[in-house]
Amino acid sequence: MISRVHKVLFLIMLLACVVMAAFLIRLRNRAQDRLHAEATMAPAEITEGSPSAPRSVMLYIPNDLDGSMTSVQRSIALPADDNAQARVLLDNLIAAFHAAGSTHPMSVETGVNEVYFLPLPKARGEQASSGRIAVVDLSGALAAAQPSGIEPETLTLLAMMATLHANMPSIAEVHFLVDGQPRQTLAGHADLTRTYLASEASPEANPTSRPGQAAEVTP
Amino acid sequence: MRWTEAVVLGLAVWGSVLAQSAPQTQPAQQASPVPSAQANTGQFVVVIDAAHGGTDAGAGLGNGLAEKNVTLALSVRLRSTLQARGVNVVTTREADATLPALNRAEAANHAQAAVCLVLHATATGSGVHLYTAALAPAAQTHPLSWPTAQAGYVTQSVKLESEIDSAMAHAQIPVTLGRASVQPMDNLACPAVAVEMAPLVAGHITGGKGISDTGYQETVVNALAAAVESWRSDWKQP
Repeated sequence: MISRVHKVLFLIMLLACVVMAAFLIRLRNRAQDRLHAEATMAPAEITEGSPSAPRSVMLYIPNDLDGSMTSVQRSIALPADDNAQARVLLDNLIAAFHAAGSTHPMSVETGVNEVYFLPLPKARGEQASSGRIAVVDLSGALAAAQPSGIEPETLTLLAMMATLHANMPSIAEVHFLVDGQPRQTLAGHADLTRTYLASEASPEANPTSRPGQAAEVTP
Repeated sequence: MRWTEAVVLGLAVWGSVLAQSAPQTQPAQQASPVPSAQANTGQFVVVIDAAHGGTDAGAGLGNGLAEKNVTLALSVRLRSTLQARGVNVVTTREADATLPALNRAEAANHAQAAVCLVLHATATGSGVHLYTAALAPAAQTHPLSWPTAQAGYVTQSVKLESEIDSAMAHAQIPVTLGRASVQPMDNLACPAVAVEMAPLVAGHITGGKGISDTGYQETVVNALAAAVESWRSDWKQP
């Protein structure tokens, strides 16, 4: 037999549960509305800054025949904004892949949607690091045009990382997306799920081929 | 039944209905064949993984040739050559079947292989490309750390790569060496090398040969078999 007091107590608790559930549902709806409003708001105008005077930069061009990497100096006008600067560097690199007589041919002239920067996560007790992670958002067109194979795909990624690291030394790690989405591989082989150390891409850090060594050319 | 008990029972039923209709957070198990491999009892076993297969055709190699077919042909040929030399071989696939990277690594690790060869093919470059995992060398761990299982074998993998490089040089096939992040290399608990066959561009020593050239494939397979034999002569039973 349940006493009257217990019945009343139970009803009060049940009522409290219902009220709390309704309150939570309302809070969730408000949060959803707020997120939706933020997502649909027009993005703030981004000023990339006008390109400054041409600057000497280093592009790393791979050679498919022997797996080597050649550094080539170019004079390019770079925007002031870091993100735009990285994108211009990579677009110039891809244009070099596309050029006639390229040792790493590719059928597209551009292929980078955007480059984003994130601070490196710091370990507990560690001082703030000046290094950054570059998140390179490649276009689907570039991924489709990328010759499939371990060597050609790896060389494309290494060339991009080496070029970014050489011209923007604060880039310590690089992660790749395709059309804004994570992807398993670039074109069936090179793993895009991991974050690469930019220093891995330097010709010194990479084993060489036989015959042919990683070369450095500054015309 | 009293009304309070009815309310409690109703709430319980409602809760169980909600729980059942909630989305599953655990991914469904993928039903795919696991290649049969006997647990190793200290024997010298070579695992050959023909990359791609089934719905994953891999690279297009021209003239309608798919990478998955070239890797399978190479795998069958290498398996026969090694078995003829008295080497125990486990292949991850013997037919045009879709096989996830996880299952390939599972088969290789179960076999406790002394050599793992992951076969690929590409239309780009020249000769044979040899790749080891891009992981930093580390001590072998027990139990195995699945995502970085290869880290404990990187040093041996580089030695195996060098052995294959020498055999290819002897066969006058140009070689490109490197490190790459390619599945399932990082998950393999054995000395592992990815062997990517490319067409042979005509040079001052070699004549040009297509990737489907059976003579060229035979030369590559024989060089791989010679490297495995050389590796076996130095291999110590764990």
